[in-house]
Amino acid sequence: MKKRNWREPWLWAVTVFSLLLAVPVLLIFTSVLVPQYELWHHLFETVLSDYVYHSLLIAFSVGALTLILGTGLAWLVARYEFSGRRTLQWLILLPMAMPAYILAYTYTGMLDVAGPLQTQLRDTFNWTYHDYWFPDVRSLGGAIVMLSLVLYPYVYMLARTAFSEQSASFYEASRSMGVSGFAYFRKVAFPLARPAILTGTALAMMEAFADYGTVQYFGISTFTTGIFRTWNGLGNAIGAAQLAAVLTSFVLVLLLIEKHSRRRLRYFHQGQNQHSAKRLTLSPVQQLWTVLFCLLPVALGFIIPSVQLTFWAIERATSQVDEQFVNLIWNSFYLAASAAFIAVGLAILFAYAKRLRSHWLLNSQVQLASLGYAIPGTVIAIGAMLMLSAADDALNQLTEALFDTSVGLVFSGTLVALLLAYSVRFLAVALHNVEAGLQRIKPSMDDAARAMGLSPFAVLQKVHIPLLRASVLSALLLVFVDVLKELPATLILRPFNFNTLAVRTFELASEERLQDAAVPAVAIVLVGLLPVVLLTRALELSKNEAN
Amino acid sequence: MKRFFKLVALVSCVSVASFANAQELNVYSARKEALIKPLLDKFSASTGISVNLVTGNADALITRLKSEGKYSPADILITTDVGRLYRAKEQGLTQTIDTTSFNNLISQNYIDPQGHWIGFTLRARPLMVAPGRVDKTQLTRMEDLTDPQWRGRICVRSSSNIYNQSMVAAMIEQLGEDKTQTWLNDFVKNFARTPKGGDRDQIKAVVAGQCDIAIANTYYLAGMASDDDEAIRETASKVEVIWPNQQDRGAHVNISGAAIAKYAPNAASAQKLVNFMLQEDSQVWYAKTNHEYPLRQGVAQSAVLTSFGDFKSENIDLSRVGELNRQAVILMDKAGWK
Repeated sequence: MKKRNWREPWLWAVTVFSLLLAVPVLLIFTSVLVPQYELWHHLFETVLSDYVYHSLLIAFSVGALTLILGTGLAWLVARYEFSGRRTLQWLILLPMAMPAYILAYTYTGMLDVAGPLQTQLRDTFNWTYHDYWFPDVRSLGGAIVMLSLVLYPYVYMLARTAFSEQSASFYEASRSMGVSGFAYFRKVAFPLARPAILTGTALAMMEAFADYGTVQYFGISTFTTGIFRTWNGLGNAIGAAQLAAVLTSFVLVLLLIEKHSRRRLRYFHQGQNQHSAKRLTLSPVQQLWTVLFCLLPVALGFIIPSVQLTFWAIERATSQVDEQFVNLIWNSFYLAASAAFIAVGLAILFAYAKRLRSHWLLNSQVQLASLGYAIPGTVIAIGAMLMLSAADDALNQLTEALFDTSVGLVFSGTLVALLLAYSVRFLAVALHNVEAGLQRIKPSMDDAARAMGLSPFAVLQKVHIPLLRASVLSALLLVFVDVLKELPATLILRPFNFNTLAVRTFELASEERLQDAAVPAVAIVLVGLLPVVLLTRALELSKNEAN
Repeated sequence: MKRFFKLVALVSCVSVASFANAQELNVYSARKEALIKPLLDKFSASTGISVNLVTGNADALITRLKSEGKYSPADILITTDVGRLYRAKEQGLTQTIDTTSFNNLISQNYIDPQGHWIGFTLRARPLMVAPGRVDKTQLTRMEDLTDPQWRGRICVRSSSNIYNQSMVAAMIEQLGEDKTQTWLNDFVKNFARTPKGGDRDQIKAVVAGQCDIAIANTYYLAGMASDDDEAIRETASKVEVIWPNQQDRGAHVNISGAAIAKYAPNAASAQKLVNFMLQEDSQVWYAKTNHEYPLRQGVAQSAVLTSFGDFKSENIDLSRVGELNRQAVILMDKAGWK
């Protein structure tokens, strides 16, 4: 093979893009250069322990819950045949279309002290508040449940793809050695799927770390609420950035642990016997339990809140749905689709670069660019804003020097700012998916294709992309839905006269007009459903093709 | 495909370049769209100036203003609290407003001494109690709230909220730091639950029986009392307003208002908007639709607000409330007000 200098042109693109994406994050870290002793002394004395304890507890609990739930569901759906499986396997994904804080608002509206359920209880039995016990939705436990219900699909999707792509030969070999059932799961299937499952869990945990809407509404002090509070209340933007830096460090550690555990796990499909194992049948009673188990998370995480939201929305539909509303839908869709394509395009570029030219500098560039996922949208938005204003400043100075006019703001305050922020924030999602898929393709395939004279790009096109289709589609879907639901960065960076459904929902809900907020909320969920359905179809098709 | 979208993105950003136009006004508003757009539409209709609106969190908008610097397209910043107006001025992001036409129509408390911000409407933050469970004679001042008899009976929203911060800042201005810290420490002990939810949630919690006293802004209760939904109206009718400190300093009040941006490309239009907001029919709209107290003298308040009773308001310079905001948060942190 020809010796290649790693400084090839397309690799420069990787460097440029990863730097661009890293700048907002780096700007946050430069804040530690300006020590805020007084602030940290104050934080340490008062709220810091709350921030640390709550953030860690929420993230790890959500990680554990999503791991168990996502893996369990994926295993059932990939392994066993039961009536309703075909529908259930994509129904399970539905909670992904539901923003976590919408779930929080809805359940609060239903189950809170002043809500219809408890009020009914009190009226029927003539109780006062102190006469009975009812679980408090707006609590730490409540937040963990809400987040887990919305985030388990990440684990489920990755685990399911991993399980269903496991070759039948593993199963046949294990059975011939007397290992089947749960032992098979424990000793063979789960370890094989572990990279994907851990990736999904890490993603869920990062989302949990970055959540703001839910914990803020529930009154829980975490790093994210602390960042807002330090920025707003204490007026200390640098201190807020430093808190963000600490939060990012937690996530870095998490990522390192996950990478370390995956270090030696690189599994590939065996050559010939690529078909997946046939699914096992279940007895009717077993089928019933399975169906119920699959339905429960969907019911809690999607069906019940959607029904409630729909009721509220129908009440207020006439006042809320107008031409402006259609505009909202179009804006949201267009923005999410653009961001998805950009993020996934970058992810393919980065993942491929890492695979072909793995080099510590390249890898760390890519790693740096992926950190954005851990950082709350607000903070990225500020970083992006600072970066783009500097760019605009420079641009204007240039045009003034050359042409004696100023062009005003070209980057900040436009869609470029939003798309940059989304790319920074959601690259990790796309990258994890694409990488997980790429890892399942053997390097010997690359070598074979290259030996046949295909250029690296053609290898990507003709060999990898068809095999990667499922992962790429997952990545597109995840980024699309994430951007659709995204709130803080959108709030801060959006241009004039540009609103999205998420912004409208948030504004109405924070005015405590939850019934009115239900209208755009339902729209978010509906618009977010489309990719879920499309993706599941596409996943089915590509699986059939592979077989 | 990716290239196509990148192109689209670039094109769309280039097309949104110029913002200085005699017939335009660019508004950064911390007031939610639903609460400000109707008035802005009326403004456009009567002056022919088209309005471009961005809403957001006040601090985010201020940071954006700051980083945009002299290329910022913003003409005017509208907020729901004086603290943020003060902060914008403190960071050098504002210019003077021509307030001469309003000097006799609005109390000087609600205009910045240097003319960098001006109030549009007023809101108060009284106590709201369940009349059957609270003896109103025992609760005439904010200081009474620290009494042990109210242990576990008070609901108030988080200290992260600007309205509470301003309330405490006003207290620091009038009582001093030490007294305010002592008050805060004992006040927090009487909470019925860790602060959660907004002002309306506190009112609803009182009605549900989780607590007996809430602190909330007047327009929330007034909004509930005139809501289309009968159940909400009923909830609102079950609490009563108590105006604290009527025998001494008066009840806490705050303003929503605006400041004109320092580098505003359409400063003249911004001034027109300020004048418009303080015109009689705009003030009447604010009063009737948002249930806020109009600042312009001679404009009647809504019937619902009148039903809460007349009250004596604090007589302090609101700039101080803005200045002391940071200090208020520090004291609240120390007292453990989450």
